This record gives sequence, C-alpha cells and structure tokens, in this order.
Amino acid sequence: MNSKLDDYRKYSNLFVELVRKGIKLKYRRSYLGIIWSMIEPLLTMIVLTIVFGTLLGHTGKEFPVYILAGRLIYTLFSQSSTAALKSIRNNQGMIKKVYVPKALYPLSSITFNYILFLISLVVLLMVSLVLGVYPTLKSLLAIVPLCVLFLLSVGAGLILSTVGVFFRDMEYLWNVLLMLVMYTCAIFYYPDKILRSDVGWILKYNPLFCIISNFRSCVFGKSMDMWMLGYSFVFSIFSILVGVLAFEKNQDKFILYI
Amino acid sequence: MSDKKGNDIKMNNVTKDTALMLSDIGMRFNLSKEKVDSVKEYFIKLVKHELKFDEFWALRNISFEVKKGERVGILGLNGAGKSTLMKVIAGVFRPTEGNVYKQGVLAPMIELGAGFDMQYTGKENIYLYGAVLGYSRKFMDEKVNDIIEFTELKNFIDVPLKNYSSGMKARLGFAIATVVKPDILILDEVLSVGDAKFRKKSEKKLLDMMDTGTTVLFVSHNIEQVKRICDKALILDHGSLVTYGDMEDVVAKYEEMIK
Repeated sequence: MNSKLDDYRKYSNLFVELVRKGIKLKYRRSYLGIIWSMIEPLLTMIVLTIVFGTLLGHTGKEFPVYILAGRLIYTLFSQSSTAALKSIRNNQGMIKKVYVPKALYPLSSITFNYILFLISLVVLLMVSLVLGVYPTLKSLLAIVPLCVLFLLSVGAGLILSTVGVFFRDMEYLWNVLLMLVMYTCAIFYYPDKILRSDVGWILKYNPLFCIISNFRSCVFGKSMDMWMLGYSFVFSIFSILVGVLAFEKNQDKFILYI
Repeated sequence: MSDKKGNDIKMNNVTKDTALMLSDIGMRFNLSKEKVDSVKEYFIKLVKHELKFDEFWALRNISFEVKKGERVGILGLNGAGKSTLMKVIAGVFRPTEGNVYKQGVLAPMIELGAGFDMQYTGKENIYLYGAVLGYSRKFMDEKVNDIIEFTELKNFIDVPLKNYSSGMKARLGFAIATVVKPDILILDEVLSVGDAKFRKKSEKKLLDMMDTGTTVLFVSHNIEQVKRICDKALILDHGSLVTYGDMEDVVAKYEEMIK
C-alpha cells in the first residue's frame, strides 16, 4: 500500500480525463456546443433585466452587468455543488469494480463546472464593454473572490457528496436550500436597504453573497469589503476541512450504500 | 511455508517472489433488515435506538500467499465469497480486518467495461478506461491502434457506446485491460463473453500473457477451464478458506464437494 500522495499522483491522468469528459459531454449533440456556456447566461441576463429592471425600476445601464455578475457566480455554485452531490452515485459503475480514489469524482465535477464558468466570464467582459462599464486596474483583483469561490465549491462539494451517498433525500433538499441561497444572494436586486435593516445579517452571513458582492465591487472598479472577504475565505476553508474529514472518514463505507 | 494451510503466514514472511499475500482477511457487512436512506427515517431510528444491523461476515480469516507467475483458480459455490475476495484484493472493498500485500500492477477484470461512459464513443472510452487503470494519455496514444485492431471494431470506434451490443462492450473492455502485461491479473467470470471466435482469441491472449509470467487469479465455475489454465487452486465456502494447494488435489476435492 503506497501513501495517499502517490495514489493521487498516479491518478492525476484520470482526474484530467474526468474533467475532459464532463466538458465534452455537457454540450454534446447541441449545434452550438460550448458557445452555449456564453449564450445561456446572456439570454438569462436579458430576461432578468427585462423582468426586474422594469418591475423594480432599475433602468441604469450597469444593472445588466450587475445581474450577470451575480447570476454567473450563483449558477456555478449551484451547478458544481449539485454535480458533486450526485457524483458518487453517478459513477457507481466504476466505483464498484475498480479501485479509484473516490474524491476524484466530486473534485472533477467541480473543476469542469468551474472551467466552463471561467469561459462564460468572457460574456461578462463583453457586456460590460458594450454597456460602458470599463474595467480598471482594480478589476484584476476579481481573481481573489473567484479563488474563494472555488474553495467554497470544493468544501460544499465534498460535504454534499458524502451526505448524498447516505441520504438520497439530500438531492431534493439541496434544491430547496439552493433557492434560499439564491434569494439571499441579492442577484437581481440592490441589497443596500436590506443590509441597513435589522435582517441584514441574513445576507452578510451568506458566504456566497460576500463573494458575489466583492466580485461586483471589482467589476465596477470599487474596493472590496475586507470583512466580507475574510469571512467568506474563513468559511470556505472551514467547509473544506469539514468536507475532507467527513469524506475521509466515510469513503470506505460508500461502496456499501450505493 | 506450507501451501495447504496458510493461516499462519504473517506479513513479515513476504519475499521477493511474493506477488500477493493476504493475512487474516475478514470482510463484514451490515445487513440492515430495512434500508435506512432517508434523513427522517434515520433520525427516528436513531432516537428510538432502532439502528441495528445484522452482522454478516462474507469473508473470515483468509490467509494465503501467491507467488509470482502462479495461476490460482478460485472455486466455490454461489455466495461463497469469491467475488468479495476479488474485490478486496482489487481494492474496491477495504477489508474489515487483515491486510493485503501486493507487488506490481494489478489489472482487475471483474466485469468488463464497468466504468465505460455510454455517451462517450469507443475511442474516448479507451482513453477514459486507460486512465482508470492508471495509464497516461501519451501512453494510450501509442496503444490505441493496437486496442482498436484487437477489438475488430474499427467501423464502430467513433460511435457512442450506448449503441454497442454487450458483446462489443466486452471486447473493448478486454482489449484495454490486456493491452499492457499486468503483474497480477484478476479474472472474474470474464472468459464467457463474446462469440466463440473472440473467446478463443481472448483465451489465447491470456495464455500468452501467462507464459510471460503474469500472476493470475481466476474465478470460474467451469472446472475444465480451471484445469486448463491454473496450476494451483483454492476453495472458499461460506467465507472461509477450505483448501489451498496444487490444482489437481483441490479440484478433486471440489468435485467431491459438489457431488
């Protein structure tokens, strides 16, 4: 029995293959293929802008950019966490027959979703340029909340993939929880009024809201909120710790439950 | 080290010739009478202290050693623990007790084509499955033509696997698993796939491999096949090792058992 590290080095090929598979299969048999990862957010942005822009009276030119930035990040989180949640069960054919480090499955599904997400960021850049929201030097700092986003996705993914093996209900429950996350992320409204009110903590303690908020600040060339950055980072690291511990402790039992 | 009774083998007896050594392997399953897989049920049972399981030892006190180049037939009735033992050796199950020591690359052929993706084409699956077995993409680039040739599926190699017949999938699985000579090969009832022609071809390929010193664990209900392929054999019964030794003696004993 070699050490775990050797194991993971040996299977790095498999990791790459699994990521490749996820990307290849996502848009297979559609005519536009990977271009969909850019068109789809663009179309959703238009719909959301029409609906919420008119309803709430936000007619500013930056409102579509505001919506798109938030929605892209929320979509990544919801898709990667859902994919990770199902990853062990979806790969049971392989898990039951050959030995493979099981963490590869949630990690590869998070990674391929993240890569598609990075591609779709091109749309954000194009929309901002068209609408006259020009990036500044500070916009480069956007990479910081994006890294925190990846960490949070990994942590949540590891926890969910472990729980998902033992309790099938989690798939449905998580859908509902994601809805809660979405409404507390201020994707299609401005949060200032809520943040000043008594219930502002609902948003402030949602790590995904902190990430979205900081990412938007970067996009619009403003400074990040340091408290939010620190909180979301610490939360993400903590979730990874919990995720790794839970996964490690239970992965030998997975095979008995799938 | 006697071959007949391997229960005394300890890990420190591993020598350079050892391909595989099992010491005191035990595998326990919890057979819950009703499957608890919803959160609500789990907590209700937890509160009521009803989370009880029936313990079931699928394997107990299994110890034996296989030397390099030996071909061991695994015999036993249905439910004797043969496949569980193979999965423990392959690393799919972590044993509840005991240790498995293996030397070299192990290729499990427990079910051909497990791990294939049905949306993926034949060729893409070659790379995917190669990666599952631990081979790099560069290495598979060199081997991909050999594999396609062996499967005789050239015209179908860019078709998604969902359109393959089960025989075609088995061919592909066999061809990938045998493209490299592994040190230890686990064959669990896989020589009964494909048509007669491919079966002959694959048996020949396996025999060629064995001639070059691959260690083989061969699970089969076909005693003739075991006689033809193996030089040693063991019998499992209800999770324990009954006999381990030279093929002729063990097969004779097994034939007695199943009479």
